[in-house]
Amino acid sequence: MFSVDLLLNALIAGVLLGGFYAAVSLGLTVSFGQLNIVNIAHPAFIILGSYIAYMCNSLWGLDPILTGIIFIPVFFVIGAGAYRLYYESFERKDDEALRGLAFFFGVMFIIEVALIMVYGVDFRTVQASYIGQSWKAGNIGVPTRMFVPFCVSIAMFTVVFLYMSRTFNGRAIKAVAQDRLALQLMGADPVKIKQLGFGISIGTAALAGALLIIIIPVEPSVGRLYIGQVFAIAVLAGLGSIPGTLVAGLILGIVESLVATFFGPSWAPAVAFGILLAALAFRPQGLFGR
Amino acid sequence: MRIPAVKLSAFWICAAVAVLIGIAVTIFDVFNINTFIFFAGYVVLQYVVLATAWNIMGGYMGYVNFGTAGFFAVGAYASVVLYNLVQAPLALMIPFAGVVCALLGLAMGYLTLRLRGVFFAIATLAMAIVLETLIINWDYVGGATGAYILRSREMAPFGDYVEFLFFVMLLLAIFAVAVARWLELSRVGRGFTAIRDDEIAAECAGVPTLRLKLVATTVSGFLMGVAGAPFALYVSFIEPSSAFNLIYAVNAIAMPMIGGATTWLGPLIGALLLGTVQQVATVTISSELNLLIVGVVLVFFVIVAPEGIVGLIRKWWRPRK
Repeated sequence: MFSVDLLLNALIAGVLLGGFYAAVSLGLTVSFGQLNIVNIAHPAFIILGSYIAYMCNSLWGLDPILTGIIFIPVFFVIGAGAYRLYYESFERKDDEALRGLAFFFGVMFIIEVALIMVYGVDFRTVQASYIGQSWKAGNIGVPTRMFVPFCVSIAMFTVVFLYMSRTFNGRAIKAVAQDRLALQLMGADPVKIKQLGFGISIGTAALAGALLIIIIPVEPSVGRLYIGQVFAIAVLAGLGSIPGTLVAGLILGIVESLVATFFGPSWAPAVAFGILLAALAFRPQGLFGR
Repeated sequence: MRIPAVKLSAFWICAAVAVLIGIAVTIFDVFNINTFIFFAGYVVLQYVVLATAWNIMGGYMGYVNFGTAGFFAVGAYASVVLYNLVQAPLALMIPFAGVVCALLGLAMGYLTLRLRGVFFAIATLAMAIVLETLIINWDYVGGATGAYILRSREMAPFGDYVEFLFFVMLLLAIFAVAVARWLELSRVGRGFTAIRDDEIAAECAGVPTLRLKLVATTVSGFLMGVAGAPFALYVSFIEPSSAFNLIYAVNAIAMPMIGGATTWLGPLIGALLLGTVQQVATVTISSELNLLIVGVVLVFFVIVAPEGIVGLIRKWWRPRK
């Protein structure tokens, strides 16, 4: 069974998948890692992004990536609004541990059921010129439907990373969970900053969702499977570390691809959760944790 | 603070009345009730057990368990294993499933409870999916295609087998509520409350927090397993996607939240109310809409009425006194 070609193919697929996973988890690294908001519903927002890409693609033939980029501001506003509600209802009363979690769980469930009611439980795909081709070099193939999302993921990653490390607001987002008072003394409103951060976090979900539906067909309940991936990456990365997210995403992508190739795809879902459980049990501060 | 003796007996009188009514309707068919009512009633009572079990962890201590479906399904599959091995009767399946899930709960707690509470929540979510993957890949219990469990059509002296299962679930529900109530009113319960209010302060005051949390996950796991044990017999065909259905996890959270999570009465009220509404809505409207209702009601209650129905009643009661 074992062959070098198979291994190389699995590794390349793993790297491409890992880059995409990192992009999917980026939003959670910002919300969970940096803002301390445990947004269980993040994968549900990603699936919502996928369905918007699907809808625009099937109705008007719009390119999914273009749709994703167009909808980033829309998702940003949704995210900022959601944070406002979250802040007024839970965070201000210091009640986010139990009710905040239940709130996001409810939101996740509502998005999932609403999508099922509108689109049913069938798998949906999108059409674009770069889907279905692949570049070959000997026995090693690189499918473009993986390669294009990988490139877009890395681009999105770079933009967010630069924003977070170079601008005042980006640095304020990093600071807000660490020391609110100090941030206020610097002349920034913690609530506004967190609103901005959460908006960015949900905004990335619009593009990540569009990338997801390019890579694989999507149905409403797959969001729950991605909870494992995104939280595994966010925890493994060391909460809040953006470069750590990229490394952890690549690790997860490669391991998952190897497992799927050599043990069968039905074991792949357990990989992310296995890594998550192991990380929680043995190294909860993550690879790049403080 | 001593618990007044009158209150104690009031609870047990209600429990005894519930059992007597159960016997009357199942064995003697007093009201000549349609079998479907037992079918639906079983589900409602099952939610009483699940919601009560969830509340021991979630409501008393503030540790959210998203993996109720995982515990429930493990309980159900533990019964399937026992059935495949020795054709065991239900009376053996229930304690076996309970013990398996209690151990699972203990292991989960041991792995994650030394961390921040939110990691426990995420780990439970992870656990449910890992377990589902394991079951899907385990052919002995039917794998992804599922397994049939043959049950006898009738069960003396209950008549129809569903009536028997209904009665068993009624006893389990009373047992679960009694356990939760006992924990709540005992020293252990005060320890739980201390953890919920401020874990660090509790630890400093000498409350054995880790040990109490392990007690809670173990008991909670046991009760969830017990709720799942008769499931395979109830549906007579078990497959992973129905046993691990997210609706169990959602309901186990929504019901205590709606009823009021700080007391044993909350999950009971929430489960009876929401469970009945769901059963009616599934028949009369569509099952998707009914799920949507659960989600919306959950979000509505956590935002608007954080103390649930019990809290609302208390609020109206107090000023008049």
